[in-house]
Amino acid sequence: MIDPDTAQDRTGDTAAREYLSFLVGGQDYCIDIMQVREIRGGAKATPLPHSPSYMRGVINLRGTVLPIMDLAGRLDLTVDTNGLRNVIIVVANGARVVGLMVDAVSDILAISPDDLQAPPDLPADQQRSFISALTIKENRMIRLLDLGAILPVADEDVA
Amino acid sequence: MSDPMAEIRASFFVECEELLEALQDGLQTLYDEMGDGETVNVVFRAVHSIKGGAGAFGLDTLVAFAHRFETALDLVRSGHLSASPDVLKLFFTCSDILTDLVREARDDIPHDPTRTDPILAELDTLLGATPADDVAEDDPIDFEVTTLSLDLDLDAPGETEDPTWDITFTPGPLLYANGNEPQFLFRALRDLGDLTVTCHDNDLPPLEALDCEHAHLGWTLRLTTPEGRGAIADAFDFVEGLCSLDIMRADDAPPPPADLPDLAELDDLAALSGETPDPEKPIPEPVRPTSETAPSPEPSPRPAPAAATPRATVRVDLDRIDRLVNLVGEIVINQAMLSQSVDAAGVPPNSPVRTGLEEFQQLTRDIQESVMMIRAQPVKSLFQRMSRIVREASAAIGKDVRLRTEGENTEVDKTVIERLADPLTHMIRNAVDHGLEPGDAREAAGKPREGTVQLTALHRSGRVVIEVADDGAGINRPKVLAKAIEKELIPADSQLTDSEIDNLLFLPGFSTADRISNLSGRGVGMDVVRNAIQALGGRVTIQSEPGQGTTFSISLPLTLAVLDGMVVRVARETLVVPLNAIFETLAVTPDDLRAFGPNTHVINIRDTFVPLIDLGAELGYRHPLQDYTGSVVLLIGQEDGLAAAVVVDAIEDQRQVVIKGLQEAYGRVPGIAAATILGDGQIALILDPIDLVAQASGHTQPAKPVSPQKIGVSS
Repeated sequence: MIDPDTAQDRTGDTAAREYLSFLVGGQDYCIDIMQVREIRGGAKATPLPHSPSYMRGVINLRGTVLPIMDLAGRLDLTVDTNGLRNVIIVVANGARVVGLMVDAVSDILAISPDDLQAPPDLPADQQRSFISALTIKENRMIRLLDLGAILPVADEDVA
Repeated sequence: MSDPMAEIRASFFVECEELLEALQDGLQTLYDEMGDGETVNVVFRAVHSIKGGAGAFGLDTLVAFAHRFETALDLVRSGHLSASPDVLKLFFTCSDILTDLVREARDDIPHDPTRTDPILAELDTLLGATPADDVAEDDPIDFEVTTLSLDLDLDAPGETEDPTWDITFTPGPLLYANGNEPQFLFRALRDLGDLTVTCHDNDLPPLEALDCEHAHLGWTLRLTTPEGRGAIADAFDFVEGLCSLDIMRADDAPPPPADLPDLAELDDLAALSGETPDPEKPIPEPVRPTSETAPSPEPSPRPAPAAATPRATVRVDLDRIDRLVNLVGEIVINQAMLSQSVDAAGVPPNSPVRTGLEEFQQLTRDIQESVMMIRAQPVKSLFQRMSRIVREASAAIGKDVRLRTEGENTEVDKTVIERLADPLTHMIRNAVDHGLEPGDAREAAGKPREGTVQLTALHRSGRVVIEVADDGAGINRPKVLAKAIEKELIPADSQLTDSEIDNLLFLPGFSTADRISNLSGRGVGMDVVRNAIQALGGRVTIQSEPGQGTTFSISLPLTLAVLDGMVVRVARETLVVPLNAIFETLAVTPDDLRAFGPNTHVINIRDTFVPLIDLGAELGYRHPLQDYTGSVVLLIGQEDGLAAAVVVDAIEDQRQVVIKGLQEAYGRVPGIAAATILGDGQIALILDPIDLVAQASGHTQPAKPVSPQKIGVSS
């Protein structure tokens, strides 16, 4: 069902890549579309005890247990509208599949590698480590999310 | 897997596993003095088949070792060497090495000769030395002492003259029916040395009376070969039981080196004619009538000789079974969802939809059980690995230990078996190392010098129980207690029961302790053992009797895929509690409830006090209740007694749930064993009650707000 290799399949491709852009806490983010498995509506998540507050819990994704992460919480963005964020982007980072809870999905963008620029150096900003690059589209700054940094490291990954 | 050779090779190694298992089995039977002649043959054939297969793949190291091993086994088979315990121990080591060599060959690991060489040397001593006495006993017929010494040097180099053998070979009809052909046997013999073949056609009926499906011919063969009896018997390995075969040293073998023509002339049986001195020529001649006498390749209604094979089995890729297991899990969930929607639709109770659904429910349960049984395997393979551990551990510390196993055919889920290997190894080593006293101490205590470790598997009330018992000195409780106090694991003035002291061995601190010599308690890594077993949904308990020994019992669920659980509701969340952990359920009355310390309560269950644990607060779903009177509590415990009373808001249902791993998706959550999907499609967490109680025991504070401990996964 989940093929860990797909995300890496298109390495070496220097042409423009497609990215899925979305809104989190009013800010624009995007991720490589190859890492996106599906987009689905929000569902009532079963909370996990003793988990970080940004982990909303787990939902049933056609028989598998899918952890749901509140991306705004993970990025430390203060969001007041709790009920608004009801879109879940199911992403795969390697073998790991997680649902990211976002405000809304915006668009699919084709961005060539030349248009990506490194984020400015702000050592004090912890959020910077979650963003691997920036780009400008239609006067909006879009942040490219580093999934590897976002996803919590599970015990298995170390073992 | 496009390479057909690689596939054949892979299937050879799978076969090797089976053969090695048969080998181990046979040796164990012999060791337990329960074997008969056939057992030796089974053992021999196992090694022989491995050798044969290895030869086909050019695995020279394996062939060389298997050959030496086989030669030794053949001496036992022919009665020239008695299967004494010492000899069998050597054979056990050989089979261990054979296992290693097979693995090395499979994984292309370079071979380390330092391991095999000493054993080979021992085998040689055995081969060179032992037959001398035995042969003399076994062959009392007119035998010349001079020939004996020649006979012995089976593998010895040097210019010993080649002995001559008389082989009487009379095929039975089945031999032909199975497609064997004497001609090939003779060719194999010819390769061993000089061969003279005499055909006996005395029984051959006149042509009109000839039954072409019968065997009428017999042969006498005279072979001069440097090889031993084993090599000759090898040639007949595939026709064993299908013919009458008699291999004898030629009585008249003269002490001076004899050349074949002379011997042939001496042959008194040669009078029957058909004999030619040239070994090349006679073979086709007597064989030709064979093809005429037994030309029946057509299937005959005779009982198949393979009837001895126990049961037909199919080898299936494990992935396919797992897929099937998953799909069946989906069906179960789907069925539950369907039931729920039928309920919601308000269908009357006796309508066809309802009855149909009930049948469907029964069917899914049956399917599920059948699928689970596919995954079940006897624990035998695991026990065999353990017998090796015992041999190695006892050899390493110089104790005499015998492993007895019982219930090898008890079936357990394959995953359980795999994941049980490490903890069990640890426990067996502990039993040998710490559990059993040294031989002298045992004798002083009036016990046999040889210690016994008993490994038992059995089914008990829907679970598998595996016991590791030794007949050693038992746990030295004063020392364990002193040690625990010294390590500050427990307060110095603790008053503990015997069973509580025994359980100290499972404390993590206990294991990391430097191993104080002569501490007869175990505890080296026992916490790791317990964690591993708990991860499988199992429990470990200890019983120990001073002077009599110690028994560790592991109780495990039959399968890791489904579980009977109680569905409970806590703070608007639904949770599943494994049924086997629940002793009973009850409602709290004010009389039962006692405050205990500032923040905790205990509950009086028939004059035993157990801590009260508020599940909602423990999991961080809500603050502790102000008043627990009237609450529903589940009495949670394990084999050795009650652990806690867990407060829930309501009990909703009792049902079988499909276990969905949480670990792969997210990571380990304290107090939670796994997840499942309920009939409404929601995920419910499955509690790990023992872990929950263990985690909670320190900080249950129902009297004041709890700040649930945040376990960060991102750190």
